[in-house]
Amino acid sequence: MMTITTRSSAPRIARMQKIVVLGATSGIALEIERQLAAQGRELLLVARSPQRLSELQSDLLARGARQVLTIAADLGQLQQHTQVFDFVRRSFANFDTVLLAYGSMEDQKDSEWLVDVLVDELNVNFVSAAALLTLFAADLEQRRTGCLAAITSVAGDRGRRSNYVYGSAKGALSLFLQGLRSRLHPAGVKVITIKPGPVQTPMTDHLANSARFAQPERVARRIIRALERRSPDVLYTPWFWRPVMSAVRHLPETLFKRLAF
Amino acid sequence: MSGQSAASLRKKVVVALPTEQYLSWGRYPRTVHQHVHRPAWNDQLPGILQTAAPGSLLSYGLGRSYGDSCLNAGRELVVCRRLNRILGFDADTGMVRCESGVTLSDLIEVFLPKGWFLPVTPGTRFVTVGGAIANDVHGKNHHRAGTFGAHVRQLGLHRTHDGLVVCSPDEHPDMFQATIAGLGLTGVIAWADLQLKRVGGPWMDTGNVAFHSLQSFLDLSRESDGRFEYTVAWLDCFAGRNTRGIFFRGNHSEQRGRNSRPKWSPKLPFALPALALNRYTVKAFNSLYYHVHAADTSASLVPYDSFFYPLDSIRQWNLLYGRRGFLQYQCVIPENNLEALEEILDRIARSGMGSFLGVLKQFGSAPPAGLLSFARPGLTLALDFAMRGESTLQLLRSLDEVVRQSGGALYPAKDARMSPALFEASFPRWRSFVPFIDPAMSSSFWRRVTEIQ
Repeated sequence: MMTITTRSSAPRIARMQKIVVLGATSGIALEIERQLAAQGRELLLVARSPQRLSELQSDLLARGARQVLTIAADLGQLQQHTQVFDFVRRSFANFDTVLLAYGSMEDQKDSEWLVDVLVDELNVNFVSAAALLTLFAADLEQRRTGCLAAITSVAGDRGRRSNYVYGSAKGALSLFLQGLRSRLHPAGVKVITIKPGPVQTPMTDHLANSARFAQPERVARRIIRALERRSPDVLYTPWFWRPVMSAVRHLPETLFKRLAF
Repeated sequence: MSGQSAASLRKKVVVALPTEQYLSWGRYPRTVHQHVHRPAWNDQLPGILQTAAPGSLLSYGLGRSYGDSCLNAGRELVVCRRLNRILGFDADTGMVRCESGVTLSDLIEVFLPKGWFLPVTPGTRFVTVGGAIANDVHGKNHHRAGTFGAHVRQLGLHRTHDGLVVCSPDEHPDMFQATIAGLGLTGVIAWADLQLKRVGGPWMDTGNVAFHSLQSFLDLSRESDGRFEYTVAWLDCFAGRNTRGIFFRGNHSEQRGRNSRPKWSPKLPFALPALALNRYTVKAFNSLYYHVHAADTSASLVPYDSFFYPLDSIRQWNLLYGRRGFLQYQCVIPENNLEALEEILDRIARSGMGSFLGVLKQFGSAPPAGLLSFARPGLTLALDFAMRGESTLQLLRSLDEVVRQSGGALYPAKDARMSPALFEASFPRWRSFVPFIDPAMSSSFWRRVTEIQ
């Protein structure tokens, strides 16, 4: 079993031994889980398909995970949340890390004229995520320990012509996490906002240039390091997105609205 | 997800741009694929197969076939890399069930620490289980263990009209035999049960012996077969009729050595200029290689990876051959026909187009595991040739004549140019394989050698 040491002089504590992954079959989550399994951690996985969960469970156990629990649920449906949360508390008590990893990126063109597509996109990427995080936050806050992390996106840093629906939902989630971080700070609960650039996963396969996107292995390694150290508060990965997005955020709107990307 | 209701019902067919990204290891021929499917889960495969046009698909793993057997020019690929889950393992028997995109490297990483190793391994660990089955690959232990396919106990195969077909030597044995060495044409392999082998640890007891004639190679090989699980030889293909080479042999060891190998391995960042590997540099390399190994014939304890996978330590070594890529030539020649092998070596030496990787191995007499298995009793020789256009193709055609007259065969996994006639001579049973081909599947190689479009 593995103990992570911190750089401070605080007593050594075993961090990130029991991880809850919400959206466990998403591309980036799969890589994170595989790396955590090789380190012998315990995982609780939530995803829609029982079949996929069971394949994933076998794989992670074979690769060294100490324990893998699964529960099938559609997290986009708010009414399923309490059932999931109860299962986690009952079967995986004292979990110390929650990673929210699901998201949906439909073709933006559809949500420009079909309101139900737009609303679904906002619900999945923001409303359901905020609702779930609220449930888990209350538990960690009460126990005064642990770490909440969610994968948002660099697309949330500025509304772009081609991707503003996904972007606005992810941006809202980033703002939500910002506030939650401040609220949970006194309780010693860490909140990490993960903003990956485009990554080579099934979600982005249809995009042009997807072959040049970041490798999920690398992004996952960086995310795990951030979860272990519980730092930084906002992680851009690969790292160069931080200066790039800083520049993008500072472009004047009169100019930005003319850019067709 | 609630997003499913509206959005995914109208899921459009995404038209990706034709991509050149998927090449074979030889980087020749350079083909363009119309579309690339990248399923992440087995449940996606029935949909991909059922919506495919006839003869439009081919599975693709890590692209380590050298020629065009993993390519499907102008059509579509199903890249199976994401199907890389280990679905079950029996720690008592060493039987593992895994998806077809699991790599041999993965299996070693997960199971070697538990004392299990691959029953058969080719010269690279960066191949998928699906690819190893589809080409029925062999290794340095062919004389003991046969081919990779001989250790597959059962497999699940996605077929367009039959759904998931589970086959084994007992259940659908014909389909099982056709799928092993079936070049990916019988369907998409969903998973396979593979019998791993117990080993004492990651170390190998090895030794090498220099030899100076094909006859002495053969004597060494026969003498070593009983005592060594793994045998293979390196051959200086510039030596022509003055054969010289190094015979390598080894066994798994119970001992532990001192690990000094770095985890990091160098990587060729881009294709070298074509002139970097010319006859002088390669000749010099061969000479150096011979003298270094001939001088050091003492037994030694080495890590498994330097014994099995010396080339894996240079990532993307195929870029050595420059932008035009290279061709590999692997044939098998009946043992009673050493003259044919000498003739081949002579023609290569005279052409001056030799490679630095002449590999020679005596196959054992194990019966073929698949309908189109390449490995058969005889001596197998594998060589690389930088692609220099017509002169290279002409040399290889002249080698083809010798192979054909000797009653030998060429290896599809290494081929980008053999004639339909030579394919027919190498695999006289190929017509009985045709009924097993899935209607959705085809490949550049298959269309070329059978002239069936």
